[in-house]
This record gives sequence, C-alpha cells and structure tokens, in this order.
Amino acid sequence: MSEPSIEAVHLSRRFGSFLAVDDVSFSVARGEIFGYLGANGAGKSTTIRMLCGLLAPTAGEARVAGFDVKSAPESVKSSIGYMSQKFSLYLDLPVRDNIDFFGGAYGLSGPDFAARADEVLRLCDLEAERYATTGSLPGGIRQRLALGCAILHRPAVLFLDEPTAGVDPVSRRHFWRFIRALAREGTTIFVTTHYLDEAEYCGRIGLMVDGRLVALDTPAALKRRYVPGRVLAVRGRNLASAAASLRSRSGIIAVEPFGAGLHLQVAAADWDLASITHALTNAGAQAVEVEAGEPTLEDVFLAVVARPRDGEAHAP
Amino acid sequence: MGAAPAAAPSGATLGLQPAAALEAQALVRRFGATQALDNLSFTVDRGQLFGLVGADGAGKTTAIRALSGLISLDEGRALVLGRDPAQGGPAVRESLGLMPQQASLYPDLSVAENLRFFARLYCLPRALFRERSLRLLDITRLGPFLDRRADALSGGMYKKLALACALLHRPEVLLLDEPTNGVDPVSRRELWALLYELVHDGMTVLLSTPYMDEAERCHRVGLIHHGRLLLDGEPRALLAKFEDETYEVEGGERDRVDERLSSLSDVHAASPAGSTLRITVARGSAGTVATALTPLHASLRPVVPNFEDLFLARVRPEAAA
Repeated sequence: MSEPSIEAVHLSRRFGSFLAVDDVSFSVARGEIFGYLGANGAGKSTTIRMLCGLLAPTAGEARVAGFDVKSAPESVKSSIGYMSQKFSLYLDLPVRDNIDFFGGAYGLSGPDFAARADEVLRLCDLEAERYATTGSLPGGIRQRLALGCAILHRPAVLFLDEPTAGVDPVSRRHFWRFIRALAREGTTIFVTTHYLDEAEYCGRIGLMVDGRLVALDTPAALKRRYVPGRVLAVRGRNLASAAASLRSRSGIIAVEPFGAGLHLQVAAADWDLASITHALTNAGAQAVEVEAGEPTLEDVFLAVVARPRDGEAHAP
Repeated sequence: MGAAPAAAPSGATLGLQPAAALEAQALVRRFGATQALDNLSFTVDRGQLFGLVGADGAGKTTAIRALSGLISLDEGRALVLGRDPAQGGPAVRESLGLMPQQASLYPDLSVAENLRFFARLYCLPRALFRERSLRLLDITRLGPFLDRRADALSGGMYKKLALACALLHRPEVLLLDEPTNGVDPVSRRELWALLYELVHDGMTVLLSTPYMDEAERCHRVGLIHHGRLLLDGEPRALLAKFEDETYEVEGGERDRVDERLSSLSDVHAASPAGSTLRITVARGSAGTVATALTPLHASLRPVVPNFEDLFLARVRPEAAA
C-alpha cells in the first residue's frame, strides 16, 4: 500500500489550559474524500491549521503529502490547497486579478500559468465573471472562485474548512460534483461541513467531540453502529402533548419536533408504525400518519455529539 | 393558506392591533442595474414562523433590510406591526429584534460584555437581564466562553451570541438573516427548539435560510428568486402541489449514474441522499429515465418529495439559463 496522503499520530494542541485537539490519530489515503465533523469549537479548524503547517502541534506528529508538518511546514504548504469558511479573496479586485494574485503567491507565472488560469476559470465555471468585481458576486460564485484559487498550483491535498457554509443547494450541488471529480483524479480531500447530507459524499468520516476523535468509519458503518433503531416521521394534529407522554416510554430513543410534525427514533424491538400510531392516538393526537425513514448522518451526529451539559452557566 | 388577511390599514389611530406582524407591499429596490427586489409582496401573521428561502443573490437579505427599515425603497412599503420601520421611532425599534447576517457584535468585547452592552442599549433592568441571559447562555451553551472575545468565537458560536443579543429585549417581531449558517447540527436543533418556544409564546419570527430542511420546519414559506416571490404557502401544501415525481436511485456506481442523469432533460434535479442519489423528474418520465439507467445496473424507487426537491426543481431552469 502506498504512503497515506495525510497521517496524524497522537496529534495534540493546547492553548493555555485549553486542550483544543487531544491525542488525535488517523490516516487518509490518496484520492479519498475524508469528512471531519464536529460541533462548533470541537477542534476541527485547529486540526486543519496543524495539518497545513500553519500551527505547530503541542505533541504528536503529522505528515501531509509526504512532508512532516513540524520540520517541513513550507513543503507542506506548497503541496496543499486550502479554502476556509471565510474565503480570503480581495473583494475590490476583479475575478481574474484574484487568480493572478494567488498564482503569484504560489510562485506561478508565465504562459504555463496563463493557460492554467484559463483552465481553472473554465473548470469553476467562472469565464463569464472574469472581469467582474469579486465583491459584487453572490456567495456561491465567490465560493467557486475561492476554490479555483486553492487549486491553481494542482495541490496533492485539498483542505476545505466549511466550504459550503451559507451556500444555496444549487451551488452546493455543483461544488460537490467538482470536488468528486478532483478526488477521482487523485486529489486527496479533507473537508469539514455542517451539512450532513453532503457528508454522505465522504468515503470515511471522523467525528470530533471536545478535541477528541471519538468515531471514525464509513457513513454506512457509522449509521449501523450509532443509529440501531427505527427512524419514523410523524404527522398529525395535537402532536406536541402526545409526544411528551411518549418520551418516558421504554424504547423511545429520541423525540424531535419537526415543522408541524415529529421525528422519532425508536427501538425496533419495541415499536413499529402501527404501535406508534396507536400510542400517539391514545395520548390525544389526531389524524396521525407515521412514515418510516432512513437513518441519516444527522442522527449519527446527534447520537455521538449530543454532549453532557457544560455545567452551570454563570451570569455575565 | 388563505388565512393571510388583505393588507390591513394602519390601525394605530383606531387603537386596533393590525392583524399582520409584517407586510411587504410590492417592494422594489434597485442597486445600480441590479433589481434586488422586484415587486415583492407577502404578509406574515402574528405568531407565525415564516421562512424566506432562495438561492444566493435572490434578495433575501435586501428584503430583511427593508423590513427592518435599514434601507430605503424605490417603490412599495414595508410595515412592522402596521408601522413604517424607517419612520416608526423607538416604538418600532423596541418591538423589533434583528440578527443580521454580517457581523453585528463588537469584536473586541467579550461574550459577557456584548450581552451587557445590548441589555443597556434596551434599558433592561438588572434582574431581568440576569434571568434572561442565564437562560440564553444555557440554550446557546456559551456559558463556558463568557470571557472570550467575540472575534475569537467560531462561526457558529458567534451566530448564537448574536441571536442571544437580539433576544434580550424580548421583541414582538424577530428578523433573522440566515441564523444557522455555520452552526453545527446539534446547536441548530437547539436553536430551532428555542424558536418554536418563542413562537409558542407569541413572538413572530421571519428567518431566511439556504437550508431546505429548515424551510420545512416553518409554518409558512416564501420562495424568493430574482427578487420576486415564486411560491408562498405552508410547506406541506406547496409539496402537495409539486408537479414533479421524486425517486431514489438504487444500485449502480454513483458518479457514473450522476453523469448519465445530467444528460437527461427530464431529470430536473439530482442530489445526494444517504449513499445514493435522489432525483426529481418530469411527471410521467420515470420509465424513460429508468431505461437509461438499466445498463448501469441502477433502478428507481419512488419516494415522498421534500422541500429541497421542490427548490432544486423550481430554481434550476432559470439558474441554468
């Protein structure tokens, strides 16, 4: 087997007394799409900054594209592309000037670069916006430009930190189609996202909780392990109070309001569509309709990440 | 549907409560050559949770700015509780909470200091501030980060603090511009639980969102595109009228299936669903699509359409143009 594209071994980072990343180990193969999920503040961005050679680990080590992040951070930086939730583009410059700027930052110039710049504009569907002022473009288009700037130098590894935050479903879909094409051609993708439907595109997913990597597997295996129950969507009238009475029954794993309806997770041994309908109707709900659903990565996320409370809050 | 009353006249002089919490009456706003709002009209009843959904650049943020009186209109008028938000003075400001999409907090103040600042801005008594801020800190889980500067918060934590600041004065009407953008799924659910609670207590909430599963969580949804309202109604009623059929693709290699589907004009949208693809197709065309997928060893299974299916199918034809 060839050397992994990314390898983290007992990686930790401390900020004062706060352990942001706590003994994290994993490896990512070349051409793999690896999803790194967790709540806000779980340590995702800190991990990425270490893997990009931007922040020194407190303990442990990591190799990216064959280079050690501690001893060869500059080699790491030239082998990777990075795009963050806050796209770092010059908003007062035209699209093409941003491309030139980032090309220059990567030491690219001359006719080869001009050809590559045109290619990237075409790949990212930005040819029509070439001369538009970046700040005047909607978020979805700016996102494509940020991605284009990150892949100008054909990086072996691409880090995407919440690349689709605030981007509409149409743009997200185009974006992911493009990312999957890059991966098929051998680029390794390391991505964080809060959109768990798109995390389904990842080959494997790591879940971070309070700086620790608590689960790591394929989406299907994570679902089997963490969402063993049956997932049900319920519609009807007068559901809220009926649902409250369900909560205390055995075999009810989760009850969530969803629009005018409910989402339930129940133990398959204890409940089915008919018995849930019956129980809700007995508890006063009317016109109850229950539909079986598939477990989602959001169910996994909630099962793994639903944290113990942080203790008592203090008044400011 | 059909419950929305006709535009109520301002009831202030009669001492009556206007029925609508928010009214957009034929709003027009241009920025240079761009028509950001193009005759946009909708009404939000009191106590309703209204979702404004649309693609980037559709006009959601401009609509929210108009409703909060932050920008002037070229034509039409916006009303909050029957009053013009740009001219209503303190009464309108007190009844309105706004959480803008962009930075709204002081970056060099801590979490606690930002909360205190907004409490003073609204002249909140100390005991009330203490009670409300404790509750908001608990819900937002910002308690352990009281001393952290706002500019050192992650995207999601920043959003939660901005929401907490907008809620401190318990406004009657709350406007939220993409409140869950960058917020993790656990916190998103908690925010939604909070919104349901606020609405249950009588608050009117209008929010914009690019998340279509959130659109389905609203009482009513307006789908906005190029500054115009394409659809307006209860999510379930809109779905009931949805003319496409929705399927999941079973079997086959996903990327190859996706590639094949993108060449078929009857396929209006394809998006990931679980480990497979979910597609919407023109009514009656499923047979043709299934035949095209047979060589790839993939087949179609009918599923119930959701709001994202509807959004992708409705917005796509113009987006592709």
